[in-house]
Amino acid sequence: MTEDTPLVEITDLGVEFRLREGVVRAVDGVSLHVRKGEVLGIVGESGSGKSISVRSIMQLLPKTAVLSRGSVLFRPPGGGEIDIAKLDRKGRDIRSLRGRHIGMIFQEPMTALSPVHTIGHQVMTPIRLHLGLAKKAARDRARELLQLVQMPRPDQMLDAYPHELSGGMRQRAMIAIALACNPSLLIADEPTTALDVTTEAQILDLLKSLQERLGMAIIFITHNFGVVADIADRIAVMYMGRVVESGPVDDIFESPQHPYTRALMASVPRLGAERRRRLTTIPGMVPDPFELPRGCSFHTRCSEMVEGVCDRLDAPLIDLSGGRNVRCHLHSQNQTGGPNAG
Amino acid sequence: MLAYLMKRLFWSIPMLIAVSIVAFIIIQLPPGDYATAYVAELRHQGDTVDPLMEQEIRVHFGLDQPIYVQYWWWISGIVLHGDFGQSLDYNMPVSNLIWTRLGLTLAISISSLLLTWLIAIPIGVYSATRQYSVLDYVFTVFGFIGRGFPEFLTALVLMWLAYSWLNMDVGGLMSPGMEQQPWSFAKAIDVASHIWVPLVVLATAGTAGLIRVVRANMLDELNKPYVETAYAQGLSERRVVWGYPVRVALNPFISTIGWALPSLISGDVITAVVLNLPTTGPLLLRALKNQDMYLAGSFILILSVFTIIGTLISDILLALSDPRVRRG
Ligand SMILES: Nc1ncnc2c1ncn2[C@@H]1O[C@H](COP(=O)(O)OP(=O)(O)O)[C@@H](O)[C@H]1O
Ligand SMILES: [Mg+2]
Repeated sequence: MTEDTPLVEITDLGVEFRLREGVVRAVDGVSLHVRKGEVLGIVGESGSGKSISVRSIMQLLPKTAVLSRGSVLFRPPGGGEIDIAKLDRKGRDIRSLRGRHIGMIFQEPMTALSPVHTIGHQVMTPIRLHLGLAKKAARDRARELLQLVQMPRPDQMLDAYPHELSGGMRQRAMIAIALACNPSLLIADEPTTALDVTTEAQILDLLKSLQERLGMAIIFITHNFGVVADIADRIAVMYMGRVVESGPVDDIFESPQHPYTRALMASVPRLGAERRRRLTTIPGMVPDPFELPRGCSFHTRCSEMVEGVCDRLDAPLIDLSGGRNVRCHLHSQNQTGGPNAG
Repeated sequence: MLAYLMKRLFWSIPMLIAVSIVAFIIIQLPPGDYATAYVAELRHQGDTVDPLMEQEIRVHFGLDQPIYVQYWWWISGIVLHGDFGQSLDYNMPVSNLIWTRLGLTLAISISSLLLTWLIAIPIGVYSATRQYSVLDYVFTVFGFIGRGFPEFLTALVLMWLAYSWLNMDVGGLMSPGMEQQPWSFAKAIDVASHIWVPLVVLATAGTAGLIRVVRANMLDELNKPYVETAYAQGLSERRVVWGYPVRVALNPFISTIGWALPSLISGDVITAVVLNLPTTGPLLLRALKNQDMYLAGSFILILSVFTIIGTLISDILLALSDPRVRRG
């Protein structure tokens, strides 16, 4: 596989919830890709469809979710190409990918581990399931993994239960489980949101060093621009189930093109300031998911809204140079010599 | 763990002493005593009774002594000689009356408890994992009916069905001729053909309630993040459901085993009366009515011992199954 063929390629993905009150398009035409060994950061306010998008890669969606369109191509290291969107969510094929080639860590280290099994047992589960190791060998491998994630006293921790560990240690255990079978993709869904600032920094450092050492690709989800700058190679910004801007991390930080990206960056919690789960600094409310606004979905909150255009027409996806994309009318007008976007 | 158990056992001793005293006092609380009740019973049957006779009975059984003397006779007999005293009403040792009935009651209670679990847990788990499916609705309806229908009515209906459709006489625990005979294969078969009615009756009511609780607990657990983690490791649905949320969802039941034991022993009175079962419930009811104080007191004492043992058993089981309890 050449370095340029993406490891995962999501094209025009749609995920819907068909509720009594109406249809919620949680993910509405998302296209994303991650190359081998690359770290993609996905940023967006809560409810923008980040989790649902990446859970589609593992077919780990809520029962009521319907994967309505699009494809999720995955290229496992052995060669070949699988469209995960077409797999049965309970079938053997997807199960042989989960935990084997794709690992996932979650937001709540407090509740994401089974309360009735030891850490050792939980780390050994994917090892025994996918690699077929015997108990003794699996335990040795689990001990190595705990060392790898810099768990203090790994020998003792094998027999500890989650409630005996701190939040940071639990998240280390989660990472050990996710990396147990050397996956080529690690999905981290807000892995540090529930942690305090010091622990958050430690876990970020750990993920960075593990990535350098093991070379897996990472999709890192956060609603905090400050976190993503540190770890990602590329960024995708999501709003209302769509990617509104994507590109290399430095370029986006240097010159954000979408008004939403700019607003998000302006609202990054200052270092040491009290963190917020929901960013409240962008004016206006997130629209009702049952009644999406006509036109660009951000126009109701956009400070640069152009009357008669943004509230009428769907914003087009525009290719900028240097692997950048933006979904905004201001740029289509730029191309035809319209008003400046500054 | 061992130290914890020793501590629990040690604390149960003062508790038992307190229970025995309270039990004895409560039995003495209603006005009159066994002599009054006995004489009233005779009068009720139309006999003319010599007023002196009531006093004679009282003196004969020592009922004229102060209550603490009576208590001492009773409790020292139990502790020193294992003698629970004499049933005034049946005129035989309490031990003779109690132990066979307790054995039968325990047998019926434990088998109906196991039957209940065997039926209710898989159904509850199924209902939760297939919420709002057709079968889930069917089980929910069954649950409401089973819960709302009084046990003794279920008993009557079943007995009638067995009698009129299968031509069986299912009252009691064995056929009338069998009671005096020693245990044999034929007698065991006979008991088995009778015992299913009380088992089904007790299990129906229990199952209905348990299904609902299992289902509710499972629905709670299935939404917890650790279930998603288990799926994300590539485990099959069957392994995820039975290996993770079921284990957590069943923990609360383990702590109810302890309560189930005494309530099964005392709680089946009406059903047992209807079914004519030689279990403990009807005996206790009669002893309390007649102020047969040694019988009633011993009963309550033994029930308390069962409660304490039951609670202890469920605590041990809970500690074994839930590390948060064991190593909290
Ligand atoms: N279980 C669900 N039932 C109905 N709607 C859901 C469910 N989960 C998510 N959604 C919808 O999908 C949208 C995106 O959710 P999600 O991907 O979790 O957002 P986030 O970006 O915070 O991870 C939410 O705003 C919500 O409207
Ligand atoms: Mg999320």
